[in-house]
Amino acid sequence: MLEVHGLSRRFGSLQALDQVSFAVPSGGLTGFIGGNGAGKTTTMRIIMGVLVPDAGTVTFNGQPVTRAVSSAFGYMPEERGLYPKMKVAEQIAYLATLHGIPAVAAKARAAQLLTRLGLGERLTDQVEKLSLGNQQRAQIAAALAGDPSLLVLDEPFSGLDPLAVDTVGAILHEYVERGIPCVFSSHQLDLVERLCDHLVIIAHGQVRAAGTRDELLKAHAGHRWEIAGPAGDWLARQPGVAAVEPVGGEAAEAAGAATWRFTAEAPDEAQAQATAQAVLQAALAAGPVRAFGPWRPSLVEVFREVIVDEAPKEVRA
Amino acid sequence: MRATTPAPERRALNSFALAWLVALREIREQVKSRSFIISTAIFVVTVVAGICLPQLIGGDGDEPPAEPVKVAVAAGVTLPDTLGDPAWFTITPADSAEAATALVADGTVDAALVPAPATPVSPAFAVVADQEADGTLMGALTSTPNVTLLDPSPFGGAPMGYILSLAFGLLFMMVAMIFGQTIAMNTVIEKQTRIVEILLAAVPDRALLGGKVLGNSILALGETVVIAGAALVTLKATGQDTIFGMLSAPLLWYVVFFVTGFIMLASLYAGLASLVSRIEDIGNAVMPITLVVMLPYVLPLILSDNDAAMRVLSYIPIISTVVMPIRQILGTAQWWEAIVALAILVLATFGAILAGARIYSRALLQTGRKLKLREALTAR
Repeated sequence: MLEVHGLSRRFGSLQALDQVSFAVPSGGLTGFIGGNGAGKTTTMRIIMGVLVPDAGTVTFNGQPVTRAVSSAFGYMPEERGLYPKMKVAEQIAYLATLHGIPAVAAKARAAQLLTRLGLGERLTDQVEKLSLGNQQRAQIAAALAGDPSLLVLDEPFSGLDPLAVDTVGAILHEYVERGIPCVFSSHQLDLVERLCDHLVIIAHGQVRAAGTRDELLKAHAGHRWEIAGPAGDWLARQPGVAAVEPVGGEAAEAAGAATWRFTAEAPDEAQAQATAQAVLQAALAAGPVRAFGPWRPSLVEVFREVIVDEAPKEVRA
Repeated sequence: MRATTPAPERRALNSFALAWLVALREIREQVKSRSFIISTAIFVVTVVAGICLPQLIGGDGDEPPAEPVKVAVAAGVTLPDTLGDPAWFTITPADSAEAATALVADGTVDAALVPAPATPVSPAFAVVADQEADGTLMGALTSTPNVTLLDPSPFGGAPMGYILSLAFGLLFMMVAMIFGQTIAMNTVIEKQTRIVEILLAAVPDRALLGGKVLGNSILALGETVVIAGAALVTLKATGQDTIFGMLSAPLLWYVVFFVTGFIMLASLYAGLASLVSRIEDIGNAVMPITLVVMLPYVLPLILSDNDAAMRVLSYIPIISTVVMPIRQILGTAQWWEAIVALAILVLATFGAILAGARIYSRALLQTGRKLKLREALTAR
């Protein structure tokens, strides 16, 4: 397990990181999300030891991350780059040897990795001759070259076609199954929601939310339900119901049916459940109910909520 | 076997092992590159040609020309004895100066001797030629006496110190510039392509710099050995054994000074180049060392006949790289002077490595604008 404790880093007048703490447990993928300039790349650079924090520590399996420890980490930096004139396979093999894999094994490993990533026909091509998508695949191979003990990937999925996304996702899961912690950042939140078991949301250099995906989505669900039932204004007249918003289209409403999302205003879970049951009774009285259940936000919605909540702080900063 | 299976034979590498891996890559990529192969070939051909050509063109004047030179001699001119050999000259008598000149004009003969008043520096005739007076004829007419030198210079008259300054200085400057530029280029390419971030995650910056300097120093030494070897073999083959004998032993001094001096320059090249992030900016960034690299070539050339100046120069780092070996070869310096100069050079090299490494490690991850030298040296 990788843990960062109270990382702070300032660039000139900009406080890039402010007391950032979170964990990347083994046994699951960790998604690291945040807006542009939120501090993701700075955090990852500090984890990799290429940037020194002003304060805070990074530990791996409880031990401080020294050069010897971090040299076994696999890293995909935000700024992509490989030697443009070097052949792809030679380059991956070179990076593998820098991680301590003997030359012969490094060569074999490079060929395997690149073949797995769909570059089997391109092993002897120069990197600059590859298409952007293929360069991206080579970049992922570069991160995996050294048989990493931890994976830190900055935007590994950007620029990949859907099939390549599946391949890379499958490869990352293989590492996770081996107990290797893996954290990656991405702006493709649907992807993060699908792949990741753990989430860290960062904004303005501060961790806004961290935990398992299910906990996080549940925590931001609130006392919200979604109901597909009869049209009309019966829901708005229910006591204890607020923030009613239609989810279905106008076409459905015209046909005498509608889907709404509403919040049960209640001090606790039990009260909210009671309000919800009352809504269901009222709906059934008004007409047929096609669906009813607690509403779970998507990660995009949780992310928006977190970021919007933070907007006033941005003004103050 | 899955691509993600563990690599069980993985070892922990220390900085020296990592630097060596970096050096090997530098050497491998450089030796494979077309520009390196072509520039080395041009270098060797130039050196070999430079040694051979004067021998081929100059000759030593003892062999008759392929065809005898045709000379018309006007009445009234006494034929000089030196034109008497028919293998060298075919003599055509002419009735008058005008007739002889006409023979030149219509191309029957190569030149004509016509009467002219004698002066203390010219005989009682003049040479008439069409466009250019024939060299063999002029040589025969001026007929300088043969000279026997008891202590001949192997360089046909030019002072030994000057020739050595030219050769050593030029070789050092060229090789240092070529490989210094290579280091600068590779440093900036790694920065520009951002692969440096991946490298730094696996390799300490000192090992990265050390490997670069090591790899290019080996290349520079190798190129020097190839060029010097080509020069020595050519000298031997063309029978200029004297120079060969004089150079061989003290050449070792040159190698020792060369390697140390190159390491110093290489560290500075890498340090200064790391200040910029674009290949276009390299020239400006490394300008200061480019000037320094020219000093060991220019100064000894100007001052080669000034013993006091050469003595001083032979102790100044980088310049000593060229001047001290020259003084050793000329025998104008004691053996301990070389040791002292080398010690000074080694100290300066240590300083340069520290400064270069400091700039390098501060500037490597700063992309975008050019970093000022002061910032790189003082930054956290």
